[in-house]
Amino acid sequence: MEMDTITEIPDDEYILKCTSACAGCGDSLTLRYVLKAAGPDIVLVMPAGCTAAFQGIYPKTAFTVPVVNIAFGAAAACASGISRMFLATGRTTKVIVYAGDGGTLDIGLQALSGAFERRTDFLYICYDNEAYGNTGMQRSGATPLGAKTTTTPAGKAEVKKDIDAIIAAHNPPYQATACASYPQDLFRKVRKALTFRGPTFIHVLSPCPPGWRYSSEKTIEVGRLAVKSGMWALWEREHGNLAISAPTKAAMKKPVPLEEYLSVQGRFKGIDGTTVEQLKEQIRETFHRFREEEDRP
Amino acid sequence: MTGIQKHDQAAMSRPVEGSAGLTGSWRVFVPVVDNEKCNRCGICSLYCPDAVISRDRIIDLAYCKGCGICAHECPKKAIAMIREEK
Ligand SMILES: Cc1ncc(C[n+]2csc(CCOP(=O)(O)OP(=O)(O)O)c2C)c(N)n1
Ligand code: SF4
Ligand code: SF4
Ligand code: SF4
Ligand SMILES: [Mg+2]
Repeated sequence: MEMDTITEIPDDEYILKCTSACAGCGDSLTLRYVLKAAGPDIVLVMPAGCTAAFQGIYPKTAFTVPVVNIAFGAAAACASGISRMFLATGRTTKVIVYAGDGGTLDIGLQALSGAFERRTDFLYICYDNEAYGNTGMQRSGATPLGAKTTTTPAGKAEVKKDIDAIIAAHNPPYQATACASYPQDLFRKVRKALTFRGPTFIHVLSPCPPGWRYSSEKTIEVGRLAVKSGMWALWEREHGNLAISAPTKAAMKKPVPLEEYLSVQGRFKGIDGTTVEQLKEQIRETFHRFREEEDRP
Repeated sequence: MTGIQKHDQAAMSRPVEGSAGLTGSWRVFVPVVDNEKCNRCGICSLYCPDAVISRDRIIDLAYCKGCGICAHECPKKAIAMIREEK
């Protein structure tokens, strides 16, 4: 599957060389493929976060598509207004929010819920580096149990918030998860999301070398281990129907030991056995839920 | 062209190459491709977060940040990361 789809992806790049993102940034890779899939006829709406910071310093930007920079909590509200205006004036330009996990699971949540409830025609992408990266890796609602951040030096005591279940409760026509390490899968899901009318959502795990404390060449490997261990699952749900993506199907049959994912990252250094067991139990539960949902007629 | 222009209604940035300077200066290790070993699969350019590897596998060293992903992911081990003398 991997090789065949490389050729389907256009050569066009929408990020000029180069942003100030860290070397090996998973978020940069995510955005690269989001833009390749979406093409030039879009407006990006971006709250504060790493991506907004690395686009450039006024009056210069590395992005060749229009970006509306908006207050941290307001991305989905801003996108709603733009989408309505395009609808009223007959413009077909797509509106895409590109927001971090802090800007999505925590501070942007009510605006996001409101826009989904109003059936705003837009795509909301959450790139998830599992902390507040731009301000120095403080914990967010997306930080997993046991991960060290600058505000959880002993490891986070709470589990990751299930934003995908919150989104699912809004019954969007399409929602999916993806990971920067699987760019072809991400590309296909963005293309697909943009064929729907109404609010769509893609949640993309985007490994972060300084935040997750691994050396920069391992970004793809770390994301792949997240999927292969089941810590992150790839799936899509179209009008409520779940389809598990191939890499996660394989992980459900035979996951790699979770320790392989944890041990390559400094943020899990010294994690205790009980916490690892809790994480493993979570993975088993998620896989169990998937099997039940898939079997439902 | 950058800066405020006559009809701008808001503070607006314009796209230019090198908006963050020559990021190649960040590098400690430089990727070097061995064309004998390379099978032209394209995996290196697929995964480069900064899109500095062209389709014909020329790496733009003015901007390559030296992250090492291309070398780590190359299935043929055709890319070596060499410490750079500056
Ligand atoms: C209302 C408000 N509070 C706090 C900040 C400071 N701030 C800017 S970016 C950021 C972190 C964003 O985290 P996330 O959304 O996960 O994106 P990331 O930086 O990880 O890419 C914070 C706290 C702000 N800009 N506005
Ligand atoms: S802190 Fe992480 S997400 Fe932010 S630019 Fe650096 S690598 Fe990317
Ligand atoms: S990944 Fe390796 S083998 Fe494939 S094109 Fe790049 S250098 Fe050549
Ligand atoms: S070292 Fe990193 S930035 Fe440089 S070409 Fe390889 S993947 Fe791209
Ligand atoms: Mg974040």
